[in-house]
Amino acid sequence: MADEGLVTPPRLAAPKREKREKPGPLEYARQWPLQLIVGATLVFLYLPLITLMVFSFNDSRRNIVWQGFTFKYYEKAFANDSLIQAFVNSLTIAFFCTIISVILGALAAVMLWRFRFPGKTVVEGSMALPIVVPEICMGVAMLVFFARVMPWPTGLPWPLNLGAITIAHISFAFPFVATVVRARLSSFNRELEEAAKDLGASEWRVFWDVLVPHMKPGLIAGALLAFTLSLDDFVITFFTSGPDTITFPVKVYSMLRFSVTPEVNAASTILIVVTVALTAIGLHLQNQKPKEGKA
Amino acid sequence: MEQSWKQAKAAFAAIAVPPVAWLVLFFLIPLAVIWAYTFGENTGPVTIDFTGTFANYARALEPLYLQIFGKSLIIAGLTTVLCLIIGFPVALAIAFASPRMKAWLLLLIMLPFWTNLLIRTFALIAVLREQGYVNFALEWLWNNASGFMTLIGLQPFGDYEPLTLLYNNTAVVVGLVYVHLPFMVLPLYSALDRMDRSLMEASLDLGAGHLRTIWAVVVPLAAPGIASGVLITFIPALGAYLTPDLLGGTDSQMIANVIERQFKRANDWPFGAALSFLLMYLTFIAIAAQAFVQRKAERRG
Amino acid sequence: MIKPNPIISFEGITKRFGKTIAVDSVNLQIQEGEFFALLGPSGCGKTTLLRMLAGFETPSEGRILIDGKDIAQLPPNKRPVNIVFQSYAVFPHMKVSDNVAYGLKMDGVAPGEIKTRVAEALSLVKLDGLGDRMPDQLSGGQRQRVALARALVKRPRVLLLDEPLSALDAKLRDQMRSELTSLQEKVGITFIMVTHDQDEALAIATRCAVMHRGVLTQVATPADLYEFPNSRFVADFVGSVNMFEGVLEKDEPNEAQVRCAELSAPVYLDHGVTGARGATVWVALRPEKIEMHKRAEGSTAMKMEDAPGGANVVPGVIRDIVYLGSETNYEIELEGGRRVRTFRSNLTRYDQEDFTWDEPVWLAWHACSPAVLLS
Repeated sequence: MADEGLVTPPRLAAPKREKREKPGPLEYARQWPLQLIVGATLVFLYLPLITLMVFSFNDSRRNIVWQGFTFKYYEKAFANDSLIQAFVNSLTIAFFCTIISVILGALAAVMLWRFRFPGKTVVEGSMALPIVVPEICMGVAMLVFFARVMPWPTGLPWPLNLGAITIAHISFAFPFVATVVRARLSSFNRELEEAAKDLGASEWRVFWDVLVPHMKPGLIAGALLAFTLSLDDFVITFFTSGPDTITFPVKVYSMLRFSVTPEVNAASTILIVVTVALTAIGLHLQNQKPKEGKA
Repeated sequence: MEQSWKQAKAAFAAIAVPPVAWLVLFFLIPLAVIWAYTFGENTGPVTIDFTGTFANYARALEPLYLQIFGKSLIIAGLTTVLCLIIGFPVALAIAFASPRMKAWLLLLIMLPFWTNLLIRTFALIAVLREQGYVNFALEWLWNNASGFMTLIGLQPFGDYEPLTLLYNNTAVVVGLVYVHLPFMVLPLYSALDRMDRSLMEASLDLGAGHLRTIWAVVVPLAAPGIASGVLITFIPALGAYLTPDLLGGTDSQMIANVIERQFKRANDWPFGAALSFLLMYLTFIAIAAQAFVQRKAERRG
Repeated sequence: MIKPNPIISFEGITKRFGKTIAVDSVNLQIQEGEFFALLGPSGCGKTTLLRMLAGFETPSEGRILIDGKDIAQLPPNKRPVNIVFQSYAVFPHMKVSDNVAYGLKMDGVAPGEIKTRVAEALSLVKLDGLGDRMPDQLSGGQRQRVALARALVKRPRVLLLDEPLSALDAKLRDQMRSELTSLQEKVGITFIMVTHDQDEALAIATRCAVMHRGVLTQVATPADLYEFPNSRFVADFVGSVNMFEGVLEKDEPNEAQVRCAELSAPVYLDHGVTGARGATVWVALRPEKIEMHKRAEGSTAMKMEDAPGGANVVPGVIRDIVYLGSETNYEIELEGGRRVRTFRSNLTRYDQEDFTWDEPVWLAWHACSPAVLLS
């Protein structure tokens, strides 16, 4: 297989990439000014959070200077009944909010994706409103609604007394879910639906057997989003909660206003860990899905 | 391939009614009630009369409150600009990083976004206060520099005066930037990542420097993404409540704080409603502006 | 075996989308057991017609009958018709056997029977043993077989195929072609195929309908379509053709003559053409029917035995030669500038008569070769 007449270059093998090869003109990530900016930004973003978490172990009531390692503020936090109750409330609300938001969001997404109907643009716009409207406006609206228009009965047993907050959370979370699911639906091959019908499936069966499996990654992402939005919400909850329906962020806020001991740090750290863990699980679930080929 | 709702009326009803009904009952109606309140008056500690008055709006436009609106707009604007200045290079770096680094960097930038706003803001208190980390660091530098001065035989500096970084407008801006930076980076990154690299290479090939290329080529092409990022930073910043509440001083009140006071303490719901709606109108104006910029950019192709 | 009873009947079918007419008054009958092809360029309405049969579009006018019954009221899941989509539409989240079993499940067939029938169907399409695979583990060709099995396992009266071979590469296409024909013979039901590829249609179908802009232009066997097209569109769409406009000079029961401006000699036919004397007609001559002979300078015209003096022979000069291995295509320029295509099989390995560029030649054809078209 001699290449007659061709001059073979002296080095046939591809040159090994030198360790300190100069970055190409567009490889911005490898140029020092940008590396400096990115690094500084990351420090700026993480330093306060990390110090907060570290100082939750600080053995000092005023928590200004490091004075020693201790778990006692965590113990205090776990022993703080109202804090625990608030945490349980938050989880309960987030749980119900997620379930109903996913259902409503999925239905809204299918409605907008599949049907042509009079007034569709108005409905689409209205669906976007909860995402766009400032939280304070929505919080205020919910306050008025549950105080004057549809008063939520007081004195209900737990968890029904969390109803007002849950409803408020669902109202602002399900449009987010709808957006995520709608994005997923746009990649759906319509012929799958027709194939199912051709094979004898009713509308309902088509929905369950073909559409929902396709939506699944979107549903999971939406559920994660709804859960996090609910768990972390402050402003809207602040306006719809009462003295006996406190959620975790609201409780931490009142702790902040009154006394800033490492207990607040401890509670905050717990919330951070929970949220990050959930996000990690969700991302892992999403990446683990078997690749769906375009059949 | 949409189908008309008439072709599957039962299915359409089953699908459309729950979300729309919920939206109407628990979102549109409350908003409508608030809107009605803007035309109402307090006629007693718990009663409100709908008199169709514009007095609430008029009061909202008095110098006192106008000033607060103005300040909120400025703070939100400043926040947005700062986020843009910091966020753009970061987004650029991520968009042009190797695929592996890209995923990690994105994750690192977005992770703080997943943590609670309250906690993020609270974390800044420990950093910015007079006995906070910034001041500690500066003090350390100051004292060491002072020590160095004595070493070379010059007069040492005086005592370190800690900077007042908390409970003022500066703190609010820093806090807002801190909280909203990830919001700005993501759409910027999206737009930059999708951009045609060959256009930049062409510019460099024709002799333009990097900064020139970025200004003349990258920015116009990424304009829709920039507009998006600006929007989703500006709007939340404008309506921010927690950050000015925790980090601001008495003169760093933003609109949201004033609104909260009307509902929780001053018990003047009609006035609070008017303020809320003015905030909403500002929001819609901002959205319309962004849509306008987007359409102009798209027409340019 | 084609039985002489129309299993499918389109009566006056029209479909409008807004102001556009996609299908225009189609009347068509398809016999049981046929492998029928709907052929035409994209946008001609063939897919719309198929979808109306399957139930995914409703006709604006007209009726569709299956076995003599009007199926307008039946939704797609109740028609005795199954379709294999262009994208195959295999359910990505179900394994192969579940895909194939889906239709049977919807019909409420007992699980035991489902299992046997699924195995049968997989065997029929030569996918035995792949029942537990997921679709993304299969090749495109295999996924198509899953779609086929899935449709056939329901034992429909008619199987519809939307562009079945367009997504396959050349080798696979040939293979699938013969497999589809043998499959149809084995299963014995009516197959209706939609395609834009005339090679496919000619090779597989027992009968073809050519559609153009929503109108059914000709329905015939492949051979009849090729040799006896009824319009310029069909002549041009099916195979390649040299078309000449002319005037009908003579028209008798067993002979006719056309004079074309672009041809220096008249075109003589050995059969009559039902047209008015003096009318404008078109002569269609397929390249393979044109003979090419060397022409010496200044020689008198060649003569064809089956045509009167000088007819059916024109002089020309070779302007382009394209060597294709098994044959060589020639483009010949006639007096007056018109170019004509013809080809010769390379029958021997050595050039018997080596034609070359700018060589003067005679083009000649038999009196039975041209087709005269009135539209």
